Amino acid sequence: MVTRLHEFLIATLLFSLATPAITIADEHRDSAERPAKWLSESGAYTVSFTSSVQPIEINRIHEWIVHIETEEGDPVENAEITIEGGMPAHNHGMPTAPRVTEYLGDGDYRAKGLRFHMQGEWQITIGIDDGSVSDSVIINLQL
Amino acid sequence: MIRWRGKSATIATIATEAAVLAAIVCVTAPLHAAEPESWTAREIDMLRSLSLDNLEPLPADTSNAVADDPVAADFGHELFFDTRLSSNGGIACATCHQPERRFTDGLQKGVAIGTSKRNTPSIVGAAYSPWLYWDGRRDSLWSQALAPLEDTAEHGSSREQIVQVIATDPSYRATYESLFGPLPDRIDRDAIDRVFANIGKAIAAYERLLLPAPSRFDRYVEAVVTGDVQAQAEMFSAEEVNGLRLYIGAANCTQCHNGPLLTNNEFHNTGVIAFPGDVPDKGRVTGVREVLNNPFNCRSEFNDAANADCAELEFVRTGPELVGSFRTPSLRNLEFTAPFMHKGQLGTLADVLRHYNDAPPAMIGHSELAPLKLSHRELQDLEAFLHTLDAPLKTAVEWLQPPD
Repeated sequence: MVTRLHEFLIATLLFSLATPAITIADEHRDSAERPAKWLSESGAYTVSFTSSVQPIEINRIHEWIVHIETEEGDPVENAEITIEGGMPAHNHGMPTAPRVTEYLGDGDYRAKGLRFHMQGEWQITIGIDDGSVSDSVIINLQL
Repeated sequence: MIRWRGKSATIATIATEAAVLAAIVCVTAPLHAAEPESWTAREIDMLRSLSLDNLEPLPADTSNAVADDPVAADFGHELFFDTRLSSNGGIACATCHQPERRFTDGLQKGVAIGTSKRNTPSIVGAAYSPWLYWDGRRDSLWSQALAPLEDTAEHGSSREQIVQVIATDPSYRATYESLFGPLPDRIDRDAIDRVFANIGKAIAAYERLLLPAPSRFDRYVEAVVTGDVQAQAEMFSAEEVNGLRLYIGAANCTQCHNGPLLTNNEFHNTGVIAFPGDVPDKGRVTGVREVLNNPFNCRSEFNDAANADCAELEFVRTGPELVGSFRTPSLRNLEFTAPFMHKGQLGTLADVLRHYNDAPPAMIGHSELAPLKLSHRELQDLEAFLHTLDAPLKTAVEWLQPPD
């Protein structure tokens, strides 16, 4: 009993002292900027995207335009693109099965059917195969 | 500085520390009183995302040309309460979807002509969901409204009988024809299906009016957002605040019960035990198969949109991970919607919270839950918070009674 009381008192004090620090950390995290471009695993491709819903909201089906360039900055034309996602912390995938529906030219691909159903850390994996190089890029999203 | 001195600490030492702490608390108390919104910016964002103030206007349903037609809503209101749309003349939609119970029936499974396979879900706010039913086997409010009419355990009727009721009731016939054009002279299969679909569209126009109103929780969030300290204190007890903190934190509720309707309308396996005597229900995995093949789905000829947008259906997820998963229900109006879960397996909110706290393994598929390990007191606080979500409907009272 003595030990439990002791622990409780200390925890109470520490919690009240720690609270402002938590607030600051959260605000800092909120303002952190996401990178606008992502490099594929082996460095063959650079990927960026724009979402039809800005900022991305949960529970809303929407589409992305995914832009893919080579290392040299040239658009990657007519590649095979796969897109899938999930939440590593919850060990589940997306509620939808998104896919690239058309190549728009200039390295732009339309991906439809994206929807996120929880707040938190999401990981979107985009697979790219231009016929000679197959690579993938992981995009981390904080919703 | 206070630090741990090991188990040899005496009562006297602890008493001294307690006095020091008490002094600190006394000194800081006025500061806390001036700043009781001990919510971080991130938490306030989360609270705001759950508030009805954040609910977007009801999206248009382009698959239903009369979705927002007041004449159709009136017609749907009549149909919703009409027992002639059943095989024994005694069952209406309102038999199970009782307005005074927030459109549920208080039973484990719905009872109409027979006993339904699952628990009667509320219709309030259903117009916001891309999927209907516990297993999402329909993809629009209007196509859902058709299914119980022909379900032998529910209305036990047939589309021929429904068309007959419309054709022979002069008032119904006139209203139907004003909305959808003349009833066809020759009633063949296609014509019957068309009239049947239109009946669903009128019922859906009524159901679109069934919406939740702000609850005490929404007013509390408003007080937090505006920094109205006094209103916060008046609105929520310490237990309710703690319950809300658990809701958006350690209890993981917002993983699924998120957004202003407190549901993501998605499908999750939460390991709820099978109904006694029933084989475990496969849930979404069969629902998704059914909706893809339903003759009244978004891709069907009965969709009124010129360029039908069927993205939800087109990009729907299928596969074995859906085994044993069911659609997340809204948590608004829990006061009236017990028993809970897809077959009413859990009678009270306390039972539900205990289930999430224990997180038993699923009988089929894989449960997404992990034990919460919350204390009894924390579960009570969580339950106290959940009751702050109760509120009357936004819908005018005349819609909640049988039509004159």
